[in-house]
Amino acid sequence: MAEALARITEISGLGMIQIRAVLSETGPDIAQALGIPIPERTGTSLAGARRLCWMSPDELLLVLPRDQVAPALAALAASLAGRHALVLDVSDMRVGFLVQGPSAGQVLAKLTPANLSAMPQDGMLRSRAAQVACAIWRQDEGFAIIGFRSVADYLRALLVNAASAGTSLDPR
Amino acid sequence: MLTLTCPCCGITADETELHPGGEAHLKRVGPGSSAEAFETYLFARSNPKGVHFERWRHAYGCGKWFLAARCTATLEVFGTYLAQNAAPPPEILAAIRARRPDWTPTAIAPRDPEPAERPNE
Amino acid sequence: MTDAGPFRLAAGGRLIDRAYPLSFRFDDRELRGVRGDTLASALLANGQLVMGRSFKYHRPRGPLAAGVEEPNALLGLGEGAYFEPNQRATTTRLVAGMVATSQNCWPGLGFDLGAVNGWLSRFLPAGFYYKTFIHPRPFWKHLFEPLIRRSAGLGKAPTEGDGDRYEQAYDHVDLVVVGGGVAGLAAALDQARQGKSVTVLEQAPHWGGRTPTDHPDGQARIDGLLRDLKALPNVRLRRNCMATGLYDHGYLIAREGLADHEPSAGLPRQRLWRIRAGHVVTATGALERPLSFAGNDVPGVMLASAVRDYIVDYGVAPGRRILVVTNNDDAYRSALAALDAGLEVAAVVDARMNPTGALVETLKRRGVRILPASAIAGIRGGHRIEAVKLCSYVGAGRVFETLAVDCVAMSGGWSPVVHLWSHCGGKLNWDQQGAMFIPDPARPPTGADGAAMVTPVGAAAGDLLVAKATGAAAEQALMPVWVMPMNASRGMKAKMWLDFQNDVKLSDVELAAQEGYESVEHTKRYTTLGMATDQGKVSNINGLAALSAALKQPIPQTGTTTFRPPYTPLTFGTIAAEARGDLFQPLRKTPLHGWHEARGAHWEPVGHWRRPYCYPQPGESHAEAVAREVRAVRGGVGTLDASTLGKIIVKGPDAGRFLDMIYTGMMSTLPVGKCRYGLICNENGFLIDDGVAARLAEDTWLVHTTTGGAERIHAHLEDWLQCEWWDWQVWTANVTEQWAQIAVVGSQARNLLERLGGMDLSSDALPFMGWAEGTIAGIPARVYRISFSGELSFEIAVPAGRGLELWERLHEAGADLGVTAYGTEAMHVMRAEKGFIMIGDETDGTVIPQDLGLGWAISRKKPDYIGKRAQDRSFMAAPERWQLVGLESTDGRVLPDGAYAVAPGVNGNGQRNMQGRVTSTYLSPTLDRPIAMGLVLRGPERMGEILEFPGDGAVSYRARIVDPVFYDKEGVRTHG
Repeated sequence: MAEALARITEISGLGMIQIRAVLSETGPDIAQALGIPIPERTGTSLAGARRLCWMSPDELLLVLPRDQVAPALAALAASLAGRHALVLDVSDMRVGFLVQGPSAGQVLAKLTPANLSAMPQDGMLRSRAAQVACAIWRQDEGFAIIGFRSVADYLRALLVNAASAGTSLDPR
Repeated sequence: MLTLTCPCCGITADETELHPGGEAHLKRVGPGSSAEAFETYLFARSNPKGVHFERWRHAYGCGKWFLAARCTATLEVFGTYLAQNAAPPPEILAAIRARRPDWTPTAIAPRDPEPAERPNE
Repeated sequence: MTDAGPFRLAAGGRLIDRAYPLSFRFDDRELRGVRGDTLASALLANGQLVMGRSFKYHRPRGPLAAGVEEPNALLGLGEGAYFEPNQRATTTRLVAGMVATSQNCWPGLGFDLGAVNGWLSRFLPAGFYYKTFIHPRPFWKHLFEPLIRRSAGLGKAPTEGDGDRYEQAYDHVDLVVVGGGVAGLAAALDQARQGKSVTVLEQAPHWGGRTPTDHPDGQARIDGLLRDLKALPNVRLRRNCMATGLYDHGYLIAREGLADHEPSAGLPRQRLWRIRAGHVVTATGALERPLSFAGNDVPGVMLASAVRDYIVDYGVAPGRRILVVTNNDDAYRSALAALDAGLEVAAVVDARMNPTGALVETLKRRGVRILPASAIAGIRGGHRIEAVKLCSYVGAGRVFETLAVDCVAMSGGWSPVVHLWSHCGGKLNWDQQGAMFIPDPARPPTGADGAAMVTPVGAAAGDLLVAKATGAAAEQALMPVWVMPMNASRGMKAKMWLDFQNDVKLSDVELAAQEGYESVEHTKRYTTLGMATDQGKVSNINGLAALSAALKQPIPQTGTTTFRPPYTPLTFGTIAAEARGDLFQPLRKTPLHGWHEARGAHWEPVGHWRRPYCYPQPGESHAEAVAREVRAVRGGVGTLDASTLGKIIVKGPDAGRFLDMIYTGMMSTLPVGKCRYGLICNENGFLIDDGVAARLAEDTWLVHTTTGGAERIHAHLEDWLQCEWWDWQVWTANVTEQWAQIAVVGSQARNLLERLGGMDLSSDALPFMGWAEGTIAGIPARVYRISFSGELSFEIAVPAGRGLELWERLHEAGADLGVTAYGTEAMHVMRAEKGFIMIGDETDGTVIPQDLGLGWAISRKKPDYIGKRAQDRSFMAAPERWQLVGLESTDGRVLPDGAYAVAPGVNGNGQRNMQGRVTSTYLSPTLDRPIAMGLVLRGPERMGEILEFPGDGAVSYRARIVDPVFYDKEGVRTHG
């Protein structure tokens, strides 16, 4: 029997910070505080181990190593003091999985109605994976997918099932 | 199974990623309004066969509400626009007129809650 | 060769490989076919012509077709968990070891007692059931329905769960070409060369459609197209992939067979494709129509195209001596194929006056007898044709000759496959010349942009020859023949089958017309024409031609019935795809889920969450566990996993003003550090959620919602913020899952928490309805002193990842205090003892806060809040409403949940009038007696009255209206 379509691994040590702000006004301050540019619409921007994701016109999600959360929160608090902005540590709220391998896209194509092939190289897609909300971006020769903590087991099982050996979507 | 393009994030989303919100451009009336005006606000919906304005939320995407102008008979989408518009913007009206020259916006434009001015009755 | 069956031809069969014999079982026979066979071709090769019994009359039936349109050869396939009924033998690829069983016959396929229905057929006309089984009414359920259920029907439903796996996949592509025949491949190549991404879907396991079978150089033409297509990177070619339906905005559903009837392959059996197509080209070909002559359903009568498919594609002789009957040139190809295979062609019976043309001349040259202006008057034979009676086409059927044959190849012309075109609104035109409906290019199905989303090509567009791609020579026009002979008697028409699967005959449609049916849709339902699993693929056009003739109106005036997906039946497993078993739906688990599971928690589903209902100990019933948990909390201390409660941050300069609109009460005046209970209504005034809000900072609130309300209320907030008050400066964030929340409840709660250390939780530092931030057991925590039980209670929120740590520390430190984990039912009982309402119990979407005695939580000072205007509506403000009261059972029996209180008199339907209902009811372990709450007409004014609640049967309950607070009315316990 052939191998699984992709390797599914849970990302450990993930930290996340949710930012809600009027980006046209506070964007430069956020970028400066974090040392990372504000991403384009539906895009992500990278700086070292940090990834800043565009979630909506007034929402960003900073994905970073767990041990960098506290200083990042402090930097944001300092630069946004007195501004109308919401900054929250949401590191415990979501889980992330890496879906890696040449057929990683096929695994996700079984789960999301979104058009992954149309996603730019540095893009991020918010959609659903089967019955739960998710966000997807490209990472490490494959994709990263995040979802809510309560459905981590469901999301993992979905991914593993979709990656079952012998179920390539290539024409037969 | 519609597809609609969210004007907030530019993503063309599948109907299963969206949450419907009923008719657009309803004007809220609150305390002090007449029983008739409040009844209209709560319950009167135009439900046309043809051009219609609707509220949708990109629920599995950016989470934003937006408005869509589409034909309920053919499902043609004339355009989507931001939820903060009190009435369909000119470019949406132009797109509708280009495809439906006989359409009369007065029949469907934001309705005054006072029944005397409700053209559908 | 004998291995492959007595009817296997010595040579030929372009789709089979004789080097690989496959054994299979049909009923009790062990048979052999070869690789590449369909089940039908293998059965035919073995001389097994009869493959099923008809639906109504149980007539023996052989295959009519060789493809998806087959109405007769439906079999049960597989065994046990892999059994599936009603599978078409003509499209089922033969697999080694396959087990097939015949259907709808008893005791066996050869001799079926139900065939007695056939002898009675003149007593079973159209609408028979409607007419016969109406009266007397009681007979229906106990006599008629069981009788009909036994005698009618096709395969039996499987009795086990489906053992196969299925999956689904999404795709996005510029162009989907449905149909891998010559027209589809040519269209795909043309479009792909223009740079579009193109996917070609072919229902069969092989490419080319009819072209390789029908044209001498057909295979070479197909091979050439495939070679060119495979060289293009933007083309994907999928075989075994049936496009079953086309929906709005180019949404195409297709079913790909991966391991059909091969459970040992270790693969999902089928995959459901959900494709968003920019445009769809339908190259779906055409289906041949039967001719309506007496006895056209006798085994051995087949479509002419099927006869040559079995010969050319599978090397199988459908018969040894074949007669062709036709109204067009194409059927002559079948005679030619039979001759080339060494079979005898008794004659070609052509209804046309003067058949000419290349195919006709070729046959004449090869010595085949051609009978123009002729027809079939009848068939002799039961389980297989023995002879054919011939007559003139013009006339009433006087027999001029009888020919001994064992196979009839019939062709009444072709109908383009217009299903996908029509599924989404494409309209059809009647083509007089070809006597067929073809897509009207002026009225296509349209997509999101209002432009055509489907383009039909080739035979599907009415170009039956596809001469441009096949090089076929022109043919003489067909002559429409809807009944054969022209002036057939009523008796003959009663033997002319239109719908083979549902046993609908020409006489049935005529009877329907005679009885006044004019609409084709009504006639369809009255006669059941086209309502079988084949959806009338071979019967519909003949049926509506018959209806038109009976109504004396042209066919287009009659119109067609509605084409509905799926094109061929789709198994439920494929539609469900991965969503079964563990993946049926997401189960939401709290950070403490594993602990509960390890303690044997009995679960309560709350939305997608699983919450512990109670933690039964060995030998303990659920009720006993709940009682133990309640007593432990009331008597000491307990812990509840409250993590599922919704937690929404609301922040901004306008947050207070906004929350004053959201809640019925005043939130803007709440001091920082305090909590307040609040009610949320919709614009209709009805209560939709409740919970405690805490003011975290000058501009920040935390809104607690019910477990089921988190997403709903967050969406509600965002709706009002984005669409109504979009200029207010407020941010919201649903942080429900960031936190584990643990309620520590009971008189020993503070004692227990102080043992863990870290925060001052004294009443002075943290009074009732206050909150504080700090650490507990070294874990950063936010502690809310709020109570849903009436006890001293602390709800402690810690980051989700540390919830289990805190929970375990509590249970270690409190072991000597008897700290007890309690579930949702104990929580419910305790809140009911205190008269606290529960969203979903005391509310049902029609209840306003005023009904629940919650007027105190409504601000009178505020000019507006969501629901305020509605609550002023006359009938909301009227006293004649059902209002919350306590209910005390008069005899110690627990009132049934949901029971209604009856009032004197009856309503217009003769039902007892009602004056209230039970909304919550429990046996209180604390008070050791039943308690209940209910909504009762003017209830609070009627304290002490006794109401009657009829239960099941003669049982009735009586309860006294009392105050809803049953326990600790003074509320002293909250303070510990």
